[in-house]
Amino acid sequence: MSEPSKPQGRKFQLPEHLKVYKDVWVIVEQERGQVHSVSLELLGEARKLADKLGVAVGAVVLGEAGPDLERICGDAFAYGADVVYRVADPVLKDYRTDPYCRVMTDVVNAYKPEIVLLGATTLGRDLAGAIATTLATGLTADCTELDIYMENRSLAATRPTFGGTLLCTIQTLAYRPQMATVRPRVMAMPERDDSRTGRVVDVFPALAEDSVITKVLSFIADRERNEAQLAFADIIVSGGKGLGKPENLKLVFDLAAVLGGEVGVTRPLIQAGWATADRQVGQTGKTVRPKLYIAAGISGAIQHRVGMEKSDLILAINTDKNAPIFDFAHLGIVGDALKILPALTDAFSRRLSVNRLAS
Amino acid sequence: MHIVVCIKQVPDSAQIRIHPVTNTIMRQGVPAIINPYDLFSLEEALRIKDRTGARVTVLTMGPPMAENSLRKALSFGADAAVLLTDRKFAGSDTLATSYALTSAIRKLAEEEPVDIVFCGKQTVDGDTAQVGPGIATRLGLQQLTYISSIDSVDTQAREIVVHRRSEGGVQVLKTALPCMITMLEGTNSIRFGSMDDMFRAARTPLRVWSKDDAAADETKVGLKGSPTVVSKVFVPKPKAEKAKFIEAEGGTADAFAAAAVEAIFAAQPKLSTDLLARAAQG
Repeated sequence: MSEPSKPQGRKFQLPEHLKVYKDVWVIVEQERGQVHSVSLELLGEARKLADKLGVAVGAVVLGEAGPDLERICGDAFAYGADVVYRVADPVLKDYRTDPYCRVMTDVVNAYKPEIVLLGATTLGRDLAGAIATTLATGLTADCTELDIYMENRSLAATRPTFGGTLLCTIQTLAYRPQMATVRPRVMAMPERDDSRTGRVVDVFPALAEDSVITKVLSFIADRERNEAQLAFADIIVSGGKGLGKPENLKLVFDLAAVLGGEVGVTRPLIQAGWATADRQVGQTGKTVRPKLYIAAGISGAIQHRVGMEKSDLILAINTDKNAPIFDFAHLGIVGDALKILPALTDAFSRRLSVNRLAS
Repeated sequence: MHIVVCIKQVPDSAQIRIHPVTNTIMRQGVPAIINPYDLFSLEEALRIKDRTGARVTVLTMGPPMAENSLRKALSFGADAAVLLTDRKFAGSDTLATSYALTSAIRKLAEEEPVDIVFCGKQTVDGDTAQVGPGIATRLGLQQLTYISSIDSVDTQAREIVVHRRSEGGVQVLKTALPCMITMLEGTNSIRFGSMDDMFRAARTPLRVWSKDDAAADETKVGLKGSPTVVSKVFVPKPKAEKAKFIEAEGGTADAFAAAAVEAIFAAQPKLSTDLLARAAQG
């Protein structure tokens, strides 16, 4: 990576009083006792950054006191933390912006980390935007690469912009902490090491529930709902106009069922009433990033493309070998989706049932 | 009831091209549109207006040509529009932008208190999702991001109940006004404005505010007010090549399918273990 160019007319030196900021922190995201995998990935990344800087990795674990919180503190050590800041309070049981932001602002001001990382999730992006404002510091969203420029010990956060047509590297030079969010599955998951331990710093924020205006009335888990959960699906099979008629969408559902995946569609199918809006993938629908995306009868219009091109692996099926989808899919089949889809359903179910017998 | 909807005029990302020699964005001829995510919030604001008779003000910060987006928003049914424009705002990052917009919202609130601020979930050019939370934090508004539905707005009790997307499920939240809301994509579609609204949009005078009109502190906007520094901009390595076409003996659907399954598992070995593990669990 080349040296950063420095625009004129601004201060880029870290003021003396901010030089006491040390350590690389990860705010560990947990909801209802489940740690989000992105937090563990970030601990691995924080470890690399901290080793470069010669500082410690701190993990902030917030929630209600109890066995879940204890287990998560253990996980934080196992994935790379040296210090765990354990923030236990009944008010922190469910995520709400205001109490989480208040507590994190206080903890950062008290312990002064130089870098604070969060997952670019609904929680992480909500919280990071609030904390960066109370701390009046720089925040870089949705980074795909983090590095340290050693000459000034600053975080170089690289992120896509303009819908991924450009990458830019962003730094926060004269403010601390330097904050960044990173999307799930961008960074590699570190090896778990249960022999690792560290120091626990207990923080008792003593929050009053009366002081929190927003109340959580209930939580509806995705598995209890019928709505499509595209944004979080590992596997998505999508259909487009090439399927010809609404009945043929069943072939897409069949393949998705065998793969344990979700079904997506293009905007024209929503407009034609073949499927409900919760299944639309694209610029005005959902942005998805599954491990496998199978596009059947989809030409690959930019509207659809921007919603799915970051998928790990894209298999496109289209009769037209010049369809734009083949410009960015990884694997292509030139053929009739109506014939290929059932054949794929068969091939996958055979492959997966063979293993079930063997295991 | 007064609602402010913050919108941004953005280049239509579908039509952005990179100059092959200079590696810079070619903006010429790229149409400017209202950030698509903002339209879900604008529509939701207009629905509240339909139900409660609320007044909807659209606000944008940008160059003078952002007037086009404000006129468009008026044509959908917004009542008033403010264009916050000043050379001093150039180069503002999200912290400085949220400061500038907050200054303008404070100014609007002096005329008529603001009950709800709507922002887009994120923009299609910056993609940061930071300006909404920045405004909420500065104004002390209850922060409601990733809202998939607004169940009720009680203007008497000043209470609002919403569904908020979170990881693994939906939170049902009840809070008090004033609040800041960002709507999830796909939750509604922007209406066609009525003929009356279109005529009104063309006639409505825009309020054009400078930094001083919004009483914004010069040291907190533009490059000076921005903690982040863009140190490098570059074009990602182009995608290696076109899709690898799967060949199949005889060209039957079954042969293609078998070859495709092998190719998928070869490319993503971890996917195969995940799938097999899931299948083994039944």
